[in-house]
Amino acid sequence: MTELLDTLANPAFWVAVLRIATPLILGTLGVLLCERAGVLNLGIEGIMVAGAFTGWLAVFAGASLWGGVAVAALTGAVLGSLHAFLTVGLALSQHVSGLGITLLATSLSYYGYRVSFPKVTTPPTITPFGPMDGLGIPVLSQQTALTLLALVLVPVLGYVLYRTPLGLAVRMVGENPQAAEGQGISVAKVRTGAIVAGSALMGVAGAFLTLSAFNAFFFNMVNGRGWVCVALVVFASWRPGKALLGALLFAFFDALQLRLQQSGGVDLPYQLYLMLPYVLSIVALVLVARKASYPQALMKPYRKGER
Amino acid sequence: MRLEKRNQSSAFALALAPVGAVGFTLLIASLLVLWAGAPVGQTYALLVKGGFGSVFALSETLTRAIPLMLTGLAAAVAFRARLFNIGAEGQLYVGAMAAVLVGGLHGGTGFDWPVPVLFVLMMAAAALAGALLLLGPALMKARLGVDEVVTTLLLNFIVLLLVSWMLDGPMKDPTAMGWPQSVVLNPELELSKLIEQTRVHTGLLWGCALAVLLWLMMKYTVLGFDIRAIGANARAAAFAGVPVTRTVVLVAMLSGGLAGLAGAIEVAGRTSYLTLDMSPGYGYSGIVIAMLAGLHPLGVVLGSVFVAGVLVGADSMSRAIGVPTYIADVIVAASLISVLVATLLTQYRVRWQA
Repeated sequence: MTELLDTLANPAFWVAVLRIATPLILGTLGVLLCERAGVLNLGIEGIMVAGAFTGWLAVFAGASLWGGVAVAALTGAVLGSLHAFLTVGLALSQHVSGLGITLLATSLSYYGYRVSFPKVTTPPTITPFGPMDGLGIPVLSQQTALTLLALVLVPVLGYVLYRTPLGLAVRMVGENPQAAEGQGISVAKVRTGAIVAGSALMGVAGAFLTLSAFNAFFFNMVNGRGWVCVALVVFASWRPGKALLGALLFAFFDALQLRLQQSGGVDLPYQLYLMLPYVLSIVALVLVARKASYPQALMKPYRKGER
Repeated sequence: MRLEKRNQSSAFALALAPVGAVGFTLLIASLLVLWAGAPVGQTYALLVKGGFGSVFALSETLTRAIPLMLTGLAAAVAFRARLFNIGAEGQLYVGAMAAVLVGGLHGGTGFDWPVPVLFVLMMAAAALAGALLLLGPALMKARLGVDEVVTTLLLNFIVLLLVSWMLDGPMKDPTAMGWPQSVVLNPELELSKLIEQTRVHTGLLWGCALAVLLWLMMKYTVLGFDIRAIGANARAAAFAGVPVTRTVVLVAMLSGGLAGLAGAIEVAGRTSYLTLDMSPGYGYSGIVIAMLAGLHPLGVVLGSVFVAGVLVGADSMSRAIGVPTYIADVIVAASLISVLVATLLTQYRVRWQA
């Protein structure tokens, strides 16, 4: 027990929490934006892999770190456009299209890595984002600028969704596309925009892994984080503020299991600790299941003039 | 751009759709081959030769097709009822785990029962393990409305960690020199080879037989009718008196069971023990195969041979010419997307003006 208190009193622990939370915040906001417009985006897992790879590759090839972030966002946006074409333009199954994007983006990234580095045994590295020492705020100043970006994006997305006509349009096409169309809003355009923007965020979420958390690209480095984000959005009942809370809560448990595992205080197989994040995601889904207020038109393809 | 429903889709167009989709995919993939600096024609020739060009190549392809056939069937039957089971990967592993638990030589001996009894128990345990793993998400979907895609996906990660734990401890082979593999299966439980000197085993017959059975079930039984009705329109089906929850649960047991069997058949037919890298994503490829086959059980047999051929062929091509094997995964994933689009075009016509 004292050990637990010691851990919680240690600022290094909270630094780890915020670091683990960053890609989850970015990814969750991305999923949230897509789903608010009525489109499930299971492409997130693959888009994160692709963002991690292309962002890192750009920096490795000589681009600046922010250039890498932009490339990752662009990669996400391109894959998002494909998802939008399939699910909005052609009104195909959002489940299957998203999975297809994940498989495609993942295999393309791995292929691209192998073509670019055919014979390497140790992964080539870059110099990642450094901590923001000048900031002078405990815990936060030990994070990189991408964490700050993620935190700033939470109120920004909240403001856009709830306080602007654009946000109203996004929510409307996610709740009642027929009514939105009646108001002169183009459902296809708004949905496409939301998917492209959301996917760009997912790309940046992936880039955080290679440009900030680590300094190289590894296979399997996303490791289910994208799926966790999909679960977190349900847990957050599609609200940006709650999404932040959810991501932090999740990261808290993840950091805690890492510490417990390292300290060896509780002698359990390490695999049980590693299972915790996935188990928690399922538990979170079950807990909110009864009162989950899904966007009404989520996963319902909309074809103009068809009911 | 808008879509206009066609009055009828010709059988010819329906049959052509997957072929056209795969052709389009190969065209796209050839750009990637050029990027790798290899000649396109030779790369594809080597790929086809490595997958189908000799008795050995064909035998390797068929061996690889066996688990894919079963996970493909698992996806096809579930997707037919709109139960999006993305957890075949995990179900395959729990099936393999159950098979080793029942049929493995724990402490050098294993269970001392007659071989036929033990064999049936082993297969039943594997199917049951897979079925139970999917039962949870299916019930959560039916009772609480929790999306089964996310829960089955997350369970894949949990199961892999469970397998890793089992291989570290309870099921570890003490003679494997620290290599993470389970105790071996009782040799008498292994499936016999179909062709001498190759790795093709009787699991192929199991896969084909199950595909035919599943096809007959879908076509001629009440359960099959109920599944198709729910797939077409769940609300209308419920209104017409189809027991939706019961059917979805049965489908889950069937789908999970098939994926579980895939694990047991891999262990009994090919590996004879359980490892963490036993399946290079057979569960996920099964989904692609089911979609390529238009969710038709017999189509799954063909689809699994095609995908297996691409995977096996890419391995051999890569050794010869240096194009990364991941090209196979790209082809498989891109085929999924193009077949979706191609199938849609058989039902709809695209009008470019508003």
